[in-house]
Amino acid sequence: MLNHYHWRGTLEAVCIPIAAIFFSLVLFGIFCALAGADPLGVYASIYKAAFGSWFSFQNTLIRASPLMLTSLCTALPAQLGLMIIGNEGAFVIGGIGAVAVGLAISSAPPTVVQLAMAISGIVCGGLWIGAVGALRYYRAVNETISSLLLNYVAIALLNHLVSGPMRDPSSLNKPSTYPIPALDMLGSIPGTRVHYGLIYGLIACAITYFLMRRTTFGFAARTIGGNIRAARIAGLPVGKLTVAICFLAGSCAGLAGMVEVAAVQGRANESLNANYGYAGILVAFVARYNPLAASLVAVLLGGILASGGILQRLHSLPDATILVFQGLVFLVVLYSESLYGRFRVFQDQSTVRRPPSVPYVPRPTSL
Amino acid sequence: MSNQIDTAQDSNHFQTKANLHTQGFAGDGSGTADKGEAATAPGGSLRENGGVDCIDPNRLDFLEQAQRSAGGSSLATSLLAQPPELEVVNITKQFGTMFALDSVSMSLKPGTFHALLGENGAGKSTLVKCIMGFYAPTSGEVLIDKQICQIASPRDAHRYGIGMVYQHFTSVPAMTVAENLVLSRFDSSNLINWKLEHEQLSAFMQTAPFQIPLDVPVAQLAAGQKQKLEILKQLYLKSRILILDEPTSVLTPKEADEVLGLLQAEVQTGWLSVLMISHKFREVTAFADEVTVLRKGKLAGHGLVKELSIQDMAEMMMGEKREPQQVEKVAPSALAPILQLKDLHANKDNGLEAVAGVNLTIYSGEIVGIAGISGNGQRELVEVLAGQRQATSGQVLVNGEIYRATRAEMFRHQIFSLPEEPLRNACVPNMSVAENLALRTFDRPPQAKGGWLLIHRVIRQMAQALVTRFSIKTPSVDTPVGNLSGGNVQRTVLARELSSERIKLLIAANPCFGLDFAAVEYIHGQIVAARNRGVAVLLVSEDLDELLKLSDRIVVISGGRFVYESVTTNADFAAISQSMAGH
Repeated sequence: MLNHYHWRGTLEAVCIPIAAIFFSLVLFGIFCALAGADPLGVYASIYKAAFGSWFSFQNTLIRASPLMLTSLCTALPAQLGLMIIGNEGAFVIGGIGAVAVGLAISSAPPTVVQLAMAISGIVCGGLWIGAVGALRYYRAVNETISSLLLNYVAIALLNHLVSGPMRDPSSLNKPSTYPIPALDMLGSIPGTRVHYGLIYGLIACAITYFLMRRTTFGFAARTIGGNIRAARIAGLPVGKLTVAICFLAGSCAGLAGMVEVAAVQGRANESLNANYGYAGILVAFVARYNPLAASLVAVLLGGILASGGILQRLHSLPDATILVFQGLVFLVVLYSESLYGRFRVFQDQSTVRRPPSVPYVPRPTSL
Repeated sequence: MSNQIDTAQDSNHFQTKANLHTQGFAGDGSGTADKGEAATAPGGSLRENGGVDCIDPNRLDFLEQAQRSAGGSSLATSLLAQPPELEVVNITKQFGTMFALDSVSMSLKPGTFHALLGENGAGKSTLVKCIMGFYAPTSGEVLIDKQICQIASPRDAHRYGIGMVYQHFTSVPAMTVAENLVLSRFDSSNLINWKLEHEQLSAFMQTAPFQIPLDVPVAQLAAGQKQKLEILKQLYLKSRILILDEPTSVLTPKEADEVLGLLQAEVQTGWLSVLMISHKFREVTAFADEVTVLRKGKLAGHGLVKELSIQDMAEMMMGEKREPQQVEKVAPSALAPILQLKDLHANKDNGLEAVAGVNLTIYSGEIVGIAGISGNGQRELVEVLAGQRQATSGQVLVNGEIYRATRAEMFRHQIFSLPEEPLRNACVPNMSVAENLALRTFDRPPQAKGGWLLIHRVIRQMAQALVTRFSIKTPSVDTPVGNLSGGNVQRTVLARELSSERIKLLIAANPCFGLDFAAVEYIHGQIVAARNRGVAVLLVSEDLDELLKLSDRIVVISGGRFVYESVTTNADFAAISQSMAGH
C-alpha cells in the first residue's frame, strides 16, 4: 500500500537501487579504462546501443521481455521470504516443454499450438520451482541451494534431450531439436520488430502486482513472508501457499522460456541457456521485488545487456565485457542492501525506528 | 593494548545491536535472513574460529583497566569502594515535535535500590536509554560522581560501570549460555581458551545468586531463565549500577521475590546500585528504597518508599486516585464443553517431550487458569492450540469436533488467541496496523469481495474504528505495526482478537506481560467480560495473582503434566506453590 506516510521509505527504495546502478557504471568505467578503452566513449556507446534510436530500443525491448518474466521467479517467492534463484532452470525447462508440445501437435491450428506451447511452458516451469517450494516446506531443504542446483540439472537435461531423444539429425555442429514450423511461431507486435513476449511480460508483471497487493491470496502470502508464526495463528495454510507461490514463480520463468523458443530461437538448443535467468535475479534485486518496478528495471538492464555487441565492434572489448558489468551491478546492489535505514533523509523524522509512545490520540477516560 | 580493547569492544557493541535488531523480526527460519541476523555472523564466527588454546594473562585485569582509563582516577578509586552516584539533570528528549522526556532530573545514590515507576509511554524507557547512550538527549546532562559524562553508546556506559537488562532478550538464541556470557564481555581477546573460560564460568555460577546450565543453547531456555541469564550477564560483567527494565514480568512471583531479594542483598552490601523500571507496586514496596515516578514525560514525584503508600504512588503515576477494578463475574447459565484436550502430547523444538499427555475440558463461560513455572510445557501447549505447533499424539476437540487449527475451523468455532510476545507471535511487523487488524477477517466480506479481492477502503475503515475503540496510539492505520510501542502492539492484537461479537473460545498466554497498571486492568476486564458472555477461556499465565483473580478453575502444569486442579475459590495457595515447584 503506497501512501503518504511511507513516502520517505518509497523514496529510499527508489533512490538506493538507482544510485547502486550508477555506482556500478562508474566501476565499470574504471574497468574499461584499465582494459584500454575510453570510459566516456563506452558509456555513450551503451546509451546509443540501448536507447539511442527506435531501432536499438526495439532491440532493448526484445531483451527486456524475458527479463520481466524471469525476474518474477525471484520477486514472487521473495514476498514469502524465500530466496529462489532457479530462474535459469525454470526458463530452460519451460523452453523444452514448449518445444516438445509444439512439435507434438504441430498439425493443429497455429493459435492452438501457440496456446498449448504457452501452457506447457507455464506448467513445466511451475512444476520445476513448485518442487523447490515443496522441498522447502515439507522437507526443510534450503530453497536457494536447491533451486540453484536444479539449474544445473535443467541445463544437463536440455543438453541430453537435444543431443539424444529430441535431436534433429540435420543439426550437425549445434545439436538442436526439430524447428517449430514458422507458422506456429509467435509474431511481432504490428509496426515493430518486438515479439508478443513483451506483452506477456508486461501483463505478467501487472497481474503479479495486483495478485500480491489487492487479493486475499497476496495478503496471505505477505503475512507468511512477514511473520510465519502470526500466519499460523491466523490459520493460514502455509504449505499450500508456499507451493502455490513457487509454482507461479516458476511458471513465469517457464513462460519466458516458451517465448524465447517460440519467438526467437524457433528450436531448443544450448543457446536457450543464454543467461536470461540469472539476469532476471538481478532485475528482481534492483526492483526490490516489486513486480511493477521489475518491468522498468528489465528495460534498463535489457538495454545495457543489449550493448554487448557494440562494445566489441567499437571499443575492441570482448563481447563478455558486458557480463563484467552485470557482475558489478550484482555486487553493488547486494552491498546497497546494507544501506537501508542508514540515511537520515529517508527516515520519517518524527517516527524513527521506535517512536516513543506519546499519545497521538487523546486517551479516552474509560481507560 | 588500548587498540586491542577498542577492537573487541567494537565488535561486541555491534553484536549487541545486531541482536537487538533481530528480536522483532525473528521468524522461524523460513523468513529471509534479515540484516540483523546476517550481521551477527561475523562476530560469532570470529569468536568460534578463535577457539585455540592460548591464554592472555592480562585478560582478567582488562575490565578494571578499561574502567579506570575511561573514568579517570577519581572514578577508579570510588569504584573500589562503592558504586558511583548517578544523576540525570534536566534531561529533555524530543522526537520530532513530541517531548518523550521533559526536563526530568533524578539521582541514584550509591548502594540504593531505586524504582522508576510510570505508565506505558511515560518516558521510563527513554530515560534509561538516554543514560545508556542509545539516545542522545536533546538537552540535559548525565552526571557520574558529580562529573558530567558524555555517554554515546552502551559501551561508554559500561566503562562507567553501568549495565542494563533489557525488556527484550539480547542473547544469541543459537549459542549456549556459556558462549553468550563470554560474548557479552567487552574485553574478550580474539582467542578464547574455552577450557579456562568454562572453569571461570563454573566458578562464577557457584557464587551467582541463581544457576543456569552453561551448556544449553539459549533458544531452549524458557522466558524466565532467559531473563535470569540477562541479569547474570550484568553481574558477570561486574556492572556496579544495574538498570533493570521490568525484570520480573517473565518470572513467577516466587522467582521474582528470589531474584529481587538476592539483588537487594547485593545492594545492601554496598556493592551494587539498582535502578528498576516496574509497574508492580508490590515489588516496589518490598524491595526498593527510593522511587521516582514519571508521568507523560515529566517528573511526577519521588521519595523514599517507606514514606509513601501505594495510593500515593498510584496517584503520582496516574494523576488521580484510582481503585483497582473488582472483576464482576456472573454465574454461568448453561454449561457446554467447548474445548477438550485428550491425552495431548507435544515436543519442544529440540524434540524432547514438553507436553506429556494432558486431559482438560473447558466449559463455556469459564476461565481455566494454567499456572506453572515457565518452561514446563505451557508454551508448547499454547502453540499447539494456536496452530503453531503439531501435536505428536492425542486429540484436541472443539465443540466435540476434531480441531487441527485450520483457518476454516478457527472461523467456524470462533477461536481467538492472545499469544505471549505479540510482536513475535501475532503481528507482521512490516505490515500496517490496518493489515494486522484485518488478519482474521481479510478473506471475508466486507473486507474481501468474492473471497479473493481485497477492499482496502473497508479494511482501513474497520481498522480506524478499532484504533479508536481500543485507543491504539498510532500516527495512522498505515503505519507498520513494528513501529508502535510494545503496549500498542499488544492493544492491536487485543483489538483484533477480542472485537469479534461471536467469539466462543479464547486462548490467552501471559496477556499482560510488560503492560502498565491501567492496561492490565483493561485486559482483565475484557477477559472477564468475554467469560460473562459465555466464552470459554484458557488462560496461561506466569503471574499467579492474575490467575487467582481471574480464573474459575486453576490447573498447575509441571513437567508437561497437570499436577493440581481446583476450583479457584477453594484453591490452597500452599498446595499450588508446592505443585508448581514439582513437589
